[in-house]
Amino acid sequence: MQTPKTYRSSFVLLLTVLVIALGINISLGSVSIPFSETLHSVFGGTLDNTAWDYIIWNYRVPKAFTAILVGAGLSLSGLLMQTLFRNPLAGPFVLGISSGASLGAAFLIMGSATLSSLFGFSLVTDVSLAIVSSIGSFLVLLAVITVASKVKDTMALLIIGLMFGSISAAIVSVLSYFTDAQKLQQFVYWSFGSVGNLSWHQLGLLFVILIIGIVLGILSIKPLNALLLGENYAKSLGVNLVRSRYLIIIATGLLAGGVTAFAGPIAFIGLAVPHLTRQIFNTTEHRVLVPAVLVYGAILMLICDTIAQLPSSAEVLPINAITSILGAPVVIWLLVRKRKMVF
Amino acid sequence: MLRTLGNAQPDLGGCLAVKGKPIVSYAPLELSAEISMVLTEPIASKNLSVLELVALGRQPYTNWLGTLTDTDKQKIKDAISSLELDELQHKKCYELSDGQLQRVMVARAFAQDTSIILLDEPTTHLDLYHKIQILKLLRSIAHTTQKTVVFTTHEIEMAIQLCDKMVLLDGKNNYFGQPCELIEQKAFESLFPSDTVSFDPKTGSFRITK
Repeated sequence: MQTPKTYRSSFVLLLTVLVIALGINISLGSVSIPFSETLHSVFGGTLDNTAWDYIIWNYRVPKAFTAILVGAGLSLSGLLMQTLFRNPLAGPFVLGISSGASLGAAFLIMGSATLSSLFGFSLVTDVSLAIVSSIGSFLVLLAVITVASKVKDTMALLIIGLMFGSISAAIVSVLSYFTDAQKLQQFVYWSFGSVGNLSWHQLGLLFVILIIGIVLGILSIKPLNALLLGENYAKSLGVNLVRSRYLIIIATGLLAGGVTAFAGPIAFIGLAVPHLTRQIFNTTEHRVLVPAVLVYGAILMLICDTIAQLPSSAEVLPINAITSILGAPVVIWLLVRKRKMVF
Repeated sequence: MLRTLGNAQPDLGGCLAVKGKPIVSYAPLELSAEISMVLTEPIASKNLSVLELVALGRQPYTNWLGTLTDTDKQKIKDAISSLELDELQHKKCYELSDGQLQRVMVARAFAQDTSIILLDEPTTHLDLYHKIQILKLLRSIAHTTQKTVVFTTHEIEMAIQLCDKMVLLDGKNNYFGQPCELIEQKAFESLFPSDTVSFDPKTGSFRITK
């Protein structure tokens, strides 16, 4: 157990890295803008080159903040899942939550074609997409929880989560088969994952959803610590199991569902960041882990986004691929180095 | 039965009361200040340090974030030293032997500072020395702090030597009383088939029938 003071210095270091990552992320992009000019613009100055100003304030800054929110949200939801199921493999993807969000998005984008022709306007808006994706992830999560109360074996539970994921994927393929090319393309682009398409308005909405999720997460820190001993011990420590479980599930649904709705299904972050954090901080205390995963997730996502946008080229790689390519080896390396999974 | 006593499992019938109030009508938090438990199931995360694990025993008394007050820290320190864990307190649980881990779990229950401590087979998987060590510690806790310590066990001979009172459940006849009373009532003779094991009332131990 480290003393609070060393935790404080770790956090100061982490926040410094976050600021540096943010700076690098904003200063790099398809158009090369000198670093000094970027700094000048970010700190409120106006640039002579108004195009640069526009790029920074309407493209790069919202994108960087989206990356921060996405990384933080997914990481926290992964931590909550891993502790709730007391399983190091749990994460928004493995338990089918992201598939649920995809299913919701697929129904809205592809299934709404007939409905919108009926109403005469498109039902696919940011808000409706966010709501439907969140509902999708909630439904899958609820289904997994319902089964979880009957199945005691956590490995079985993971397989059930994967099965729900497969079912969602199958329904999505059926929907894709019957949909027209334009709608399909819209959905495929959504499923690549992207942090670059959010306006300030959408960013605000995502921020509100995530703040609610994070607050619920912080409120469940104490039951989360008790759950490290198992449910029966937690109960004997006075934890209201039913209430805590719902609190954690709602928080996860908001975090993972909200992120997936706005940025698409982004793999790996939710699973990996809690492990990286536990390895580096060497603790299971959620009072440390919850803030730490938020910052770690944000840093990792900023780095992934910086790579995905391929500095000084016009191409942007799917962020979903980068998170896995960059993140998976890091986790493998950490596990090999420590020779075991700390959970 | 022990799990029912600790409200971890619904009762089959009858009524259980702590301080005159049925345990089913206690709120979880209220009950956690009266009864602490050591269960047979392994803890989910072995990555907790001994200190962190024992500190979890203070959860019923801490605020919404689980901040430890000076009183809490003192109770944790007391629990750790009375279970002789001072040298292990910064170790992680996966570094401990089964016997050490069991002592940590008892320390956690002790730190919870309840009038009743329930233990479900605290001696399983331990060798003879550690079995006796745990049971002697439990006995001294019960006698020095006036707590009620209830545990289930298959170690009948040790229980006869160490316990103040015993409940004997063999399916048909159930007995309750001080060990020597039960010996006088010949409660142990019928516990096992006599062609395999017989009970020697003089030494309070079982003999293999040859």
